[in-house]
Amino acid sequence: MKFSEAWLREWVSPELDTQALADAVTMAGLEVDAVEPVGAVFDGVVVAEVMAKAPHPDADKLNVCQVEDGSGEQVQVVCGAPNVDVGQKIPFARVGAVLPDDFKIKKAKLRGVESRGMICSASELGLEEERSEGIHVLPADAPVGQDFRAWLQLDDHTIEVDLTPNRGDCLSLRGMAREVGVLTREAVTPPAMQAVAPQHDERFPVDIQATEQCPRYLGRVLRNVDLSAPTPLWMVERLRRSGIRSIDAAVDVTNYVMLELGQPMHAFDLDRLSDGVVVRQASEGESLTLLDGQTVALSTETLVIADGTGPLALAGIMGGENSGVAAGTRHLFLEAAFFTPLAVAGKAREYGLHTDASHRFERGVDPALTAMAMERATTLLMEIVGGEPGPVIEAGVDGIPSAMRANVRLRRARLDACLGVSLPADEVADILTRLGMVVETGESGWQVDVPSWRFDVAIEEDLIEELARIHGYNRLPVRRTQALLALKADNEAEQPLRRLRRHLVSRGYQEAVTYSFVSPDLQALLMPDAISPTLANPISSDMSVMRYSLFPGLIKALQHNLNRQQQRVRLFETGLVFQGELDALVQTSMLGGLICGPRAVEGWSAGREAVDFFDLKGDLESLLSIGGGLDEWSFVADTHPALHPGRSARLYRGEQAVGWIGALHPAVRSQLGIKPEVYLFEVDQDAVMAGQIPRFQPLSRYPEVRRDLAFVMRDEVAVESLMQSIRQQAGEWLVRWQLFDVYQGQGVPEGHKSVALGLTWQHPSRTLNDEEINQLIADVVETAQSRFGATLRS
Amino acid sequence: MDHLPALVSEASAAIAAADNAQALDQVRVRFLGKKGEITALLKGLGQLPAEERPAAGERINEAKQALQDELEQRRQVIEQAAMQAKLEAERIDVTLPGRGEVNGGLHPVTQTLERIESLFQRIGFDVAVGPEIEDDFHNFEALNIPAHHPARGMADTFYFDATRLLRTHTSPVQVRTMQSQEPPIRIVCPGRVYRSDSDLTHTPMFHQVEGLLVDENVSFADLKGTIADFLQAFFERDDLEVRFRPSYFPFTEPSAEVDIQCVMCHGDGCRVCSQSGWLEVLGCGMVHPEVFRHSGIDAERYTGFAFGMGAERLAMLRYGVNDLRLFFENDLRFLRQFH
Repeated sequence: MKFSEAWLREWVSPELDTQALADAVTMAGLEVDAVEPVGAVFDGVVVAEVMAKAPHPDADKLNVCQVEDGSGEQVQVVCGAPNVDVGQKIPFARVGAVLPDDFKIKKAKLRGVESRGMICSASELGLEEERSEGIHVLPADAPVGQDFRAWLQLDDHTIEVDLTPNRGDCLSLRGMAREVGVLTREAVTPPAMQAVAPQHDERFPVDIQATEQCPRYLGRVLRNVDLSAPTPLWMVERLRRSGIRSIDAAVDVTNYVMLELGQPMHAFDLDRLSDGVVVRQASEGESLTLLDGQTVALSTETLVIADGTGPLALAGIMGGENSGVAAGTRHLFLEAAFFTPLAVAGKAREYGLHTDASHRFERGVDPALTAMAMERATTLLMEIVGGEPGPVIEAGVDGIPSAMRANVRLRRARLDACLGVSLPADEVADILTRLGMVVETGESGWQVDVPSWRFDVAIEEDLIEELARIHGYNRLPVRRTQALLALKADNEAEQPLRRLRRHLVSRGYQEAVTYSFVSPDLQALLMPDAISPTLANPISSDMSVMRYSLFPGLIKALQHNLNRQQQRVRLFETGLVFQGELDALVQTSMLGGLICGPRAVEGWSAGREAVDFFDLKGDLESLLSIGGGLDEWSFVADTHPALHPGRSARLYRGEQAVGWIGALHPAVRSQLGIKPEVYLFEVDQDAVMAGQIPRFQPLSRYPEVRRDLAFVMRDEVAVESLMQSIRQQAGEWLVRWQLFDVYQGQGVPEGHKSVALGLTWQHPSRTLNDEEINQLIADVVETAQSRFGATLRS
Repeated sequence: MDHLPALVSEASAAIAAADNAQALDQVRVRFLGKKGEITALLKGLGQLPAEERPAAGERINEAKQALQDELEQRRQVIEQAAMQAKLEAERIDVTLPGRGEVNGGLHPVTQTLERIESLFQRIGFDVAVGPEIEDDFHNFEALNIPAHHPARGMADTFYFDATRLLRTHTSPVQVRTMQSQEPPIRIVCPGRVYRSDSDLTHTPMFHQVEGLLVDENVSFADLKGTIADFLQAFFERDDLEVRFRPSYFPFTEPSAEVDIQCVMCHGDGCRVCSQSGWLEVLGCGMVHPEVFRHSGIDAERYTGFAFGMGAERLAMLRYGVNDLRLFFENDLRFLRQFH
């Protein structure tokens, strides 16, 4: 809601300056978003009249005008506007005037002709945002010589209030004035409004079929109007200051009444209506071309105003093109109706519309307003466009429909408990009464009749809020909550996400936060078979599909950094991934990371080798070992469409596949224009967090025995399989097993590798002897030979 | 025997001249070794007359002892010099940077979320999380926002179909918690939320922390106390001014928006607070009875308060970040500023 302060002050004028008024309103819950001067800063402009006009002797597009500015003598001005003419009243900047942006008006010669001042356009005075075509022609009754600012009341402010959806009652000057009156205890004086006596007896039939959605409908015929008459400047200005552009007198008056009283109205061209007006639900297959030119197919859920030929208007939302007022309109049919919030709510949005009318009806328009608005609009229209009014045609229930009347009980105990303080009974009654409520004080509380304009007050809490609001939130007490100090269960084995994050941070990773929706192209490139939900209304197509994995986001973040000369990138992210169709959707918390570029930070002691698979695997193993359960994890060679098939592994915790690690597939890299190798992992957060509580093992006092073995075996045999098998064969006293070398090259046959292991045994209660160890080694060697074809390297 | 003094002087000179451990050992062997010159004198005692032997023996032993002492002293000097030389040779430039990984850092939003969580955990709140693809019931209906309520226009929602959407706030987690848990309930719900808005001051995804406290005898005064304490703790300013403005949320009543004195200009007015001296940081209110009804909590017996705040906004104020969009670009030059 945006309005002129001066207009508000005609209704109610507390002794507060503009800022204090705005603050008072804000602190009552009607947040003032902006207070702006209504006009730009200028000075020295007066109303003047063009007395004579002659073409400039040396310029086709210029005129030499004589202007009467009230000073007694005519002033010569050269004017380039095509629309300047003799007899016009115009805003005239005298020599010495200062226009917006500190533009000073000086005596000048234009192509040899003296010019002493400037005839201004609306935009030059900051009255219009867009550049105006010609000079700003004022109404004929504008007083020559008067200061233009004073005449237009430009020393005024536009106050813009960001109203919450519950306060539809404040979407008018009347409502704002009422609220300001309550807050400042100032009397509210509405402008004088009188009923207009009918001058003929024409009643255009009105029939309400949808009585529930439209309890009240008033119409009136206004014959023989002259729509060529311009809207008076004061009205144009008030509309402008409320952000509404002047269209024609009929539209301007209905808008003006809507702003003034809060009642949206509509004017039909009577000649374009047939039979009578019917308020009904649209029928199957009906359509309507709206004022904005679009044709909409109507649903049976939509309330329309129709005549004998079909729908004329979307009730409470927008009129139709074929029944609206146009240049040649002679007779008007005015509408002031009450449509219930439920009848309009959501309907405008269904048709992609949001209008001043729908905005108000959705939030609730005072059902008691229709008659007042009808009379006010008639009066204003007659002043501007003339015409002969008929009687007000009434349909529906008079007064406030019973379903709209709220009577709410407020219990003293509930009020006190909710606010934490006991407001005095007098204050309670006073505040509610000032708000227009009818209050009946009882023994344990109050019974409150809610006024017709307060759609938001229906339950006890609504009244409590009103009391708190008017009393002042900041005057209510402050208390620290009391609660029982109960200890809570704590799962020691589970590693908190905080710890996992910090672990990666210690290993040089920066945490990224990427959007949960990604580009479908990128996701399909990485995982052609991934199925994840697609947004119906994405911000853009490259943010339209939910991420199936953390990979797309991490890769995008990598690209961002590579494009900014960052060579060494280590990122991780935690968050949900979304897998499956909507109906079988799984939302899983994942932890993922990515490394790229040099292994070490550039420095005096480090080489420049790039990272490889085992750098990332090392970081990941270190992370997985936090909870003490690294033994339960395995890395199994497997293929993933985004990963290099020879350098990728599936992660298992026990039997469960919970993640992936690998090198970004070279084909993907080249597609994405990423030159360096990239390694990524992604793992189910819960699997990483699940740890074990440490279990003490007694320390042996007997010596360890270590033996080193080097096997030669075929390249394709996984070392992990050999290790597992050896661990099984090496007996219960094996306490450590170390892989200390993997070698290929001279001395090892082609297609083979040499794998060196250090095995350490220790007995808990005695010293192991050589025979025992030799036997165990023989078993190990035998198994390695038989299961993997591995031979001891000589 | 008569040349003992000369021998001793010669030995002393040799000891003094020895400049390393090896040379010194040669001196020892020459004079005191098994075949050493002093040792030879001792061996020659037998050839002396019996009455001279004790005195001569004593003199030789004294000389031997003296030389041994000199040897030992010299050895220590040599060792020390050797140590000194070794240490000198091992000198390094201690100003060279240390070897190894440099630390990464947590995202500033994570830091902010964790900080908020911790502050509330200290007074007995639990952290609760939930799904981000939500249904209409949990995101709207249960929060007293029926289908055609104008408040639906307050949050521009991302939809998948008629009933499934990206949560526009973390309030659904509150609903889910109330449905599954008996009061007293004290939770904070951090997480990602989504609104289809994208410009200089809006990103289509951002983070919220919402809080909920439900118990018997919870009043608006408790809400004011908790919120004021929290904001003062978060900004580490005991004197931070906090004000409550009436507002409207469908799920709370009475509802309030909370402003703090601008942390940039201390209330004098600046660009960040649009010259008002105040910054809006949080929304809150008493839980609406309709929300209790949808969640199966007896609104006559229990009351509660709820609040919600944007993590990015708090992070921007706390760390002085001036562009919201930086949070999601993941530019390392930005991320490295947080540790």
